[in-house]
Amino acid sequence: MFDIDLYREVWQAISKNRLRSTLTAFGVLWGIFMLVVLHGAGNGLENGITKNFSGFATNSAFIWAEKTSKPYKGFKEGRQWSMSNKDIVALKQEVPEIEYIVPRLNGWRQNGQNNTLYKDRYGTFSYKGDYPDLAKVQAFDMIHGRFLNEIDLAESRKVCVIGPRVAEVLFPHGENPVGEYIRMSGVYFKIVGVFNVSNSNRNDRRQEIHIPFTTMQKAFNYGDIVHYFAFTAHEGNKVSVLENKIMDIVKERNNVAPDDPQAIGHFNVETRYEQMSKLFQGIDILTFIVGLGTLLAGVIGISNIMLVVVKERTVEIGIKRAIGATPLSIIKQIMIESVILTLSAGYIGLTLGILLNEGLGAIMAQNPDSVLLNPGIDLKTGLISLAVIVTSGAMAGLLPATRAIKVKPIDAIRGE
Amino acid sequence: MVKIEQLHKSYITGKNSLHVLKGIDLYVEEGEMVSIMGSSGSGKSTLLNILGILDTYDEGSYYLAGELVRNMNEKKAALYRNRTLGFIFQQFNLIPFKNALENVALPLYYQKVSRKKRNQVALEYLDKVGLKDWAHHMPNELSGGQKQRVAIARALISKPKIILADEPTGALDSVTSYEVMNILKEVNNEGITMMIVTHEHDISEMTQRVIHLKDGLIEKNITNRHN
Repeated sequence: MFDIDLYREVWQAISKNRLRSTLTAFGVLWGIFMLVVLHGAGNGLENGITKNFSGFATNSAFIWAEKTSKPYKGFKEGRQWSMSNKDIVALKQEVPEIEYIVPRLNGWRQNGQNNTLYKDRYGTFSYKGDYPDLAKVQAFDMIHGRFLNEIDLAESRKVCVIGPRVAEVLFPHGENPVGEYIRMSGVYFKIVGVFNVSNSNRNDRRQEIHIPFTTMQKAFNYGDIVHYFAFTAHEGNKVSVLENKIMDIVKERNNVAPDDPQAIGHFNVETRYEQMSKLFQGIDILTFIVGLGTLLAGVIGISNIMLVVVKERTVEIGIKRAIGATPLSIIKQIMIESVILTLSAGYIGLTLGILLNEGLGAIMAQNPDSVLLNPGIDLKTGLISLAVIVTSGAMAGLLPATRAIKVKPIDAIRGE
Repeated sequence: MVKIEQLHKSYITGKNSLHVLKGIDLYVEEGEMVSIMGSSGSGKSTLLNILGILDTYDEGSYYLAGELVRNMNEKKAALYRNRTLGFIFQQFNLIPFKNALENVALPLYYQKVSRKKRNQVALEYLDKVGLKDWAHHMPNELSGGQKQRVAIARALISKPKIILADEPTGALDSVTSYEVMNILKEVNNEGITMMIVTHEHDISEMTQRVIHLKDGLIEKNITNRHN
């Protein structure tokens, strides 16, 4: 039942005791505000760093050949060896856990000064010989045309997909490069697509030109060697385990000592990702502890202020009891007073915190390199912390009320 | 109206026990105006507080309007304080953040009387004590005599059977004291029993009967002839 008189009483007690009400409210407001801001910033940091992983499948790893460090089967140490097409075929057959395996050739020999020409414009770009499946491991955000396909690969077509920087240099007036021919190290390639790179940490990708793997081998005379390959694991398989298995096979097939630690270079996105995840867990725990601390401080603040007003309240309650207030009516009024105060202050704190996060997010969004991305908290966290503080506010109100009820009315009136 | 038999009350502070009331027998009839006198520490305020169910007693019995008051639960006590008893204190005890009208109307709030109705009744009672024009003033804007008159109006609004006044003129000068006493006498003339604790002889002179307390016992019980 909505008792308008009760709320009038409550409002009068709040508004006529302005300093007390303001102090109480500020404690709550600050607690919630700090929790929201801290937790929001933590989330923003996580979002920002996670973004740096975007473009890579988190279940992927990369493997490449390095100089051997141990003699094996008649080979001396320090041998420069290469993986070949056959290794890829064998791995596909022998390791069913592999989801995608994408070999690559780097056009290092072609990466000389001004290696690429279009009409009177030229630039220095890096060539990559790739499989169409690369798009499954690494995200390609196509702005024009398409990525390489299986036919390009099978027919060793002279087609290429260029990065945004390449398009900028060779086609500075914003024209669509698809269908145009560019000269790469003396060989003409038809542009079939242009991609964009949104991850600012991978600006090197902006000046890449991808051509079919087979075309790279033939046109630039790489034989059947493979510089490195990326692979992803089928769901349920740990990339780090699969990585070791693959490296063992590759070593055996290429007469590399099984215990040679340096002969194969490898990079595992999953491991890095897990390290970051652990870091975020740490940050989460930290912001949780600090946030909880400020929340607790807010609660203690309310309780303190409530304790400070016990005496003043006690007299008031004593008088009210002398003129016929029942214990229930007194407890009800003070608790509602306390809850309204903490609820409204908590709501304001929540709103301010969210606004700050939003503002911060808007500023950060203008700078693509910022560490914070979309700082903010989820609704659940906000509501839970609000519930905590309102409950404790109610409890804090209960304390002076019950104390004043327990003592004899005459002692309450005398303020003892 | 009030019947007390062999009433005992001790205050225990730590290991010390202070025997304040040592067996009081008292009978007050309906419509009587009685004053309780005694030096400080004689137990007169304690007696009044027990009569008002603001304090408890240890031994004996206390009948208020025919009903035994003993170990009364707080809810029932609140009902008695609200309907049967009216209090007037030396320090007025108005709620500081409520104006005169709201202070007077408060007992009716606990009777669940509607706001409009109780403000209307409160204004009548303020008029009765001559403070109609001061209805919307806060307690700190009123003089001592005015505050006490507001407190009297508040005590009267629930039409109690008995008014208990603890040194009602203790914080007032003699002129205002007489004004307040005249109001209390008028109230008594309407048939409301009145018990006043005081240490001033001229105040007790204005009542029908004077009960002298000394060291927790009734020393003298004098009926004033001229009243």
